[in-house]
Amino acid sequence: MPNAISTTGLTKNFGSTRALDGLDLSVKAGEVHGFLGPNGSGKTTTIRVLLGLLRADSGDVELLGRDPWRDAVELHRRLAYVPGEVSLWPNLTGGEVIDLFGRLRGDFDLHRRDELLERFQLDPTKKTGSYSKGNRQKVALVAALASDAELLLLDEPTSGLDPLMEAVFQDYIREVKAQGRTVLLSSHILAEVEALCDRLSIVRLGRTVETGTLDELRHLTRTSITAETAQPAQGLADLEGIHDLEIDGAHVRFEVDTVHLDPAVRRLAEFGVRSLVSHPPTLEELFLRHYGDELAAEPERVDRERDTPRLPRR
Amino acid sequence: MTSLTGTVALARFILRRDRVRIVVWIFAIVVLVALTTVGIEGLFPTQAALDQTAAATAHNAAMIAFNGAPQGLDTVGGQVAFQFGAMGMVLVGLMSIFMVGRLTRGEEEAGRLEVVRSLPVGIHANTLAAVLTVAAMNLIVGVLTAAVLIAQGLPAAGSVTFGASFILVGLVFGGVTLLVAQVTESTRTVYGAAGAVLGAAYMLRAVGDIGDGTFSWFSPIGVAQKARPFADERWWPLLLLVAITVLLVVAATALTVRRDLGAGLVAARPGPPAAAPWLGHPLGLAFRLQRASLLGWSAGVLVIGIAYGWMGPTVDTLIGGNKALTELMAGTGGGSLTDLFFASSFRFMALIATGFVIGSALRVRSEETSMRADLVLATPVSRWRFAASHLAVACAGSVVLLAVVGLATGLTYGLAGGGMQNVPRLFVAALVYVPAMWIMVGLAIALDGLVPRLVGVSWAILVACVVEGFLGAVLGLPRWLSDLSPFEWVPQLPAASLTLLPLVVMSAVAAGLTLIGLAGLRRRDIGRI
Repeated sequence: MPNAISTTGLTKNFGSTRALDGLDLSVKAGEVHGFLGPNGSGKTTTIRVLLGLLRADSGDVELLGRDPWRDAVELHRRLAYVPGEVSLWPNLTGGEVIDLFGRLRGDFDLHRRDELLERFQLDPTKKTGSYSKGNRQKVALVAALASDAELLLLDEPTSGLDPLMEAVFQDYIREVKAQGRTVLLSSHILAEVEALCDRLSIVRLGRTVETGTLDELRHLTRTSITAETAQPAQGLADLEGIHDLEIDGAHVRFEVDTVHLDPAVRRLAEFGVRSLVSHPPTLEELFLRHYGDELAAEPERVDRERDTPRLPRR
Repeated sequence: MTSLTGTVALARFILRRDRVRIVVWIFAIVVLVALTTVGIEGLFPTQAALDQTAAATAHNAAMIAFNGAPQGLDTVGGQVAFQFGAMGMVLVGLMSIFMVGRLTRGEEEAGRLEVVRSLPVGIHANTLAAVLTVAAMNLIVGVLTAAVLIAQGLPAAGSVTFGASFILVGLVFGGVTLLVAQVTESTRTVYGAAGAVLGAAYMLRAVGDIGDGTFSWFSPIGVAQKARPFADERWWPLLLLVAITVLLVVAATALTVRRDLGAGLVAARPGPPAAAPWLGHPLGLAFRLQRASLLGWSAGVLVIGIAYGWMGPTVDTLIGGNKALTELMAGTGGGSLTDLFFASSFRFMALIATGFVIGSALRVRSEETSMRADLVLATPVSRWRFAASHLAVACAGSVVLLAVVGLATGLTYGLAGGGMQNVPRLFVAALVYVPAMWIMVGLAIALDGLVPRLVGVSWAILVACVVEGFLGAVLGLPRWLSDLSPFEWVPQLPAASLTLLPLVVMSAVAAGLTLIGLAGLRRRDIGRI
């Protein structure tokens, strides 16, 4: 399948700050692609380059087979965009803004607009200045989802939505996917990414550090094992890929790089396994591993920070 | 007084945040005072020269309308107060309006006040910090003004009265702004309403000064001038201004405790659930966004035009007995004094209307920095169309405002006894300023396209044009410097005859600047750069 989005070696500097440092991203047509990374890692900059709002300093960008800087207007007929921070004209109503975007884009389904307003429970007669953050986000979502654009660029589209609305959003993205349209979904909500995305890319400091399906990425990280053995387990520390080993009599706990799972389990079996809990890596663990060394060093700090990965515990 | 907890810390924070802005305002006003004084000393080196100009000015309606009642004009101090008094008071008024509006409703609208108020900070602390800061700014302007005048060897009593009038007019408009900031939710509206009060104050005193003086007592600027600096000073009119300030601040404080944070007193009404058919393209959007502003400015210039039209017939009677002056004026340009009066009035109103035009052109930039442009540009709308739509409103707005000015002035003048045959003449005399205003649009967009961080310079250019237009002669600016102002290139209708060449050249310059700006905008990154 052809790529809907492909960038190679994208760089972008703002003064002395390097926002993108050789970013590679490829999104296949028809897939929902998760775009993850810590705050300030270059996700929004990338999306603004894809929109032709910023010109990359170097590297190649292709969007639906064309140059997003040169062919911006033509490309924008085929895409819809939802920013993470939606700022609107405070004296226009939500309904007016949605209609405006629909007409500017040119493919506007009034029936679908009304259905979306209903599903997202948005009052179109209110001035956008009196909307909460979540309601402003809904305006942008309704405008984008009411179009039949073949590519959706969504930059943290559900920040500020309540869990009910999050579910409505996921329903619509599944529908979009079923229609064979492409979605680039930048998000911090890992449950959302796990539920929706076919593949994902993790960026850090303006570079892609990992890309692939969730299963492929899981393979690259650690599985945690808790077991009770008949005799105290020995020799585990000598194996490759074992971390945080704790042995307390018959009880043993450790983490193992998923590629080295097989030898670890074999060694454990030699001591007579009575119970075993294997814990596959959560996306959160995957995330933390790539999200900055300082975060990995003191994971308990993470919980206190805003914008940190929420959920999922399995 | 827990309602004031945190005031000192907030005031220090304001000083840190706005230090450049504060210094620039104070410095600009005081420097203008100094330059005006030096200019007047050079312009009238002898007592004979002062006596001569005092005699002529007593009958010059245009100067009285713009500057104030003639008092003490045969002294250097009296001339300084006459030439710079009204303008200086408008400047301190604007300083107070912009500073108070920004520090109170501006902070509230941006949501920053919410964070501050979540701290152990009293309900009135931010307001008081803003008021104290702006009061201190006015105090410094007034003290420095008095000091500059005394240093130039002018009488101390007059210098102090003049400085005090700046302080108190500044405080009154600070109070006015504080009050409107409680009533409306948008900072833009606060600036508009407080600015309208300032404009009304200036026009009321013009109407009063050219008549029997009654109306001047309804204007803070007029009242301040009644303190008669350098012309037998009297202090009690200044006490009146102190009383008004106290009343305004008390009223604003009373309103603060009666409303919710972020809300005004006027609740927002629901609007249309769907967009009107014309709100489907960038031009419709630009018009919709600027409609209220254009209406407000139109109403403003309508009132000013009516006032000048109303003053027109008085101009003839004022010069009545003064044959020498009539002959003098006839010798200079051929136009009658009334025509000269209207020529100055139209230039003044064109400069005022340019305020709308620059604000309108800079919408291109403010849409971008607020990130709203992203949403529009992510649809199949080119940057060119996006920017051109806002510029079209700016350019059409110039024509609308000048047409309002011309018709209001002409019709009022006609109805007041000046003769209806003058209506078309005065209409054209107002419209000749269209190309000059378009040049200001061009400058604004050229700055936006090439050096977006410096778009604010557009306002500085307008201020420079205003200073040149009103104080150019007094400051003794060299010809080449004065000629940098596009408003100098406009034929001074109806006193001069209509020449098309300058208008054509100016339109071409405006078009060139606009094209440069649009080309720059297409090449650069969009966003908060």
